[in-house]
Amino acid sequence: MAINSSGKSKFIYTLLAWTISAAIFFPIFWTLLTSFKTEAEAISANPSLFMFDWTLENYEDVLARSPYFDHFWNSVVISVGSSLIGLLIAIPAAWSMAFVQSKRTKNLLMWMLSTKMLPPVGVLIPIYLLFRDFDLLDTKLGLVIVMTLINLPIMVWMLYTYFREIPNEILEASRMDGASISAEIFHVLLPIALPGIASTLLLNVILAWNEAFWTLILTAANAAPLTAFIASYSSPEGLFYAKLSAASAMAIAPILILGWFSQKQLVRGLTFGAVK
Amino acid sequence: MATTHSRTLAQIMLFPSVVLLLAWMIVPLCMTLYFSFLDYNLLSPGTEEFIGFLNYEFFLTDPAFFASFFNTLLLVGGVLLITICGGIGLAILLDQAIWGRNYVRIMVLAPFFVMPTVSALVWKNMLMNPVNGLFAHFATLIGVDPVDFFAQVPLLSIIIIVSWQWLPFAALILLTAIQSLDREQLEAADLDGAGPFSKFFYIVLPHLSRAVTAVILIETIFLLSIFAEILVTTSGGPGYESTNITYLIYTQSLLQFDVGGGSAGGIIAVIIANIVAIFLMRLIGKNLEG
Repeated sequence: MAINSSGKSKFIYTLLAWTISAAIFFPIFWTLLTSFKTEAEAISANPSLFMFDWTLENYEDVLARSPYFDHFWNSVVISVGSSLIGLLIAIPAAWSMAFVQSKRTKNLLMWMLSTKMLPPVGVLIPIYLLFRDFDLLDTKLGLVIVMTLINLPIMVWMLYTYFREIPNEILEASRMDGASISAEIFHVLLPIALPGIASTLLLNVILAWNEAFWTLILTAANAAPLTAFIASYSSPEGLFYAKLSAASAMAIAPILILGWFSQKQLVRGLTFGAVK
Repeated sequence: MATTHSRTLAQIMLFPSVVLLLAWMIVPLCMTLYFSFLDYNLLSPGTEEFIGFLNYEFFLTDPAFFASFFNTLLLVGGVLLITICGGIGLAILLDQAIWGRNYVRIMVLAPFFVMPTVSALVWKNMLMNPVNGLFAHFATLIGVDPVDFFAQVPLLSIIIIVSWQWLPFAALILLTAIQSLDREQLEAADLDGAGPFSKFFYIVLPHLSRAVTAVILIETIFLLSIFAEILVTTSGGPGYESTNITYLIYTQSLLQFDVGGGSAGGIIAVIIANIVAIFLMRLIGKNLEG
């Protein structure tokens, strides 16, 4: 009897959960479906779920007729580049704060976090003017710089929380064995912290890939990553739903997959460890 | 001996991060502050002159500011309300023993990874379009007039899109918090004959309060700066009906070239965000003690 009722409630919960999650997922599913339709079917007054002529022509069109690959490459360079540079700067800082603690460490961490709270419009004009004067507008280098800086606090924080979990004894033991500090970092700390470093990298690639404020403002045609390229599809004249869907599907697929891999780290990275 | 050595080294290793972040924060902010006191038009360089607080006076008394301030409040408040309530519900549901939980989780989480420009365009064209959007199609099916979302309820439409993007975040954080709940406490409540509602209000909700606060503060920081969704859907219109403060400052400074006025607005946005940030920093700072 007890088993019966719990089996029944499990069924109801399952049904409810699947219905709600399918509804939440629906816009993505619909985009994917539309990307395989012809334009005529995509705007049809009687949209059909699966009974249409599946076609790959939208993907072919987007790839052949627009500089999709250039924008894809921009996204890769900007998100991966800024994340790698960020790691190079953040790892030493996080190491210092995690293992050589002082009274100022906590204040320093909080201050770094506070830079992340700065609303972009507060610095919009100076950054725009500086970029104009230094010829950084619409360049990948310019965006790499901005992305590195806006994500640096998150990187330092994530790495700090990972490093803090490494027992100090392990480092002390290596020190007793006469290891230099560089040997301690490269041969002891980094191998242990590698999973944490990898998740930090992953989360920052995701954040930089999807960052839209600065990419929309600082790029035009040359350095525009996919966020800005997709936005150009919003022009009222000549809107093609099926092609928009194909371009969108190709823009979000890589990050969707990376995101699912890193969902656990997401909680830690985005709440700065405030929720465990 | 070793400690002085490592302390010096630690300071050297901290140096790049500190200098870069300091430069990133101080230099542009000081420039914004300086510009905010100038009559400065981007199209006529060299004619800047000091005008004191006039930019602030104009910005703060502009009806556009009131409209966009009000819209910002509605946008942040509306999205928070939907994502927190929906997030708690989803978190509780996903915490149950259900078949295929991993797949459900993956579907619920997905919108968070969709870039803002894609989600705004997909909602605008394929779902909310009054002629051939899917919602219009369903409306005609049941014999109702389709809603022209971005003309009739522009702000609500943006609230819906943004909520869709942030619901996964709230659900994920709250689910993580629910999973850390002490099961014995719930079992004890069961033995005492507590119903699902009293269990929710007396055990689950208090346990979640910290996570809810974190979600509210973190989302608020991001939601105050909503930009891409407005740019690709309504461009702030019709009129100022869907303009928020971020978008207003963008139009004033980069579309109307009024650097002074835009800067004054930027400083006001910084002040607003700081008020929120102080609460957030307190919360995280407390966590750091442990």
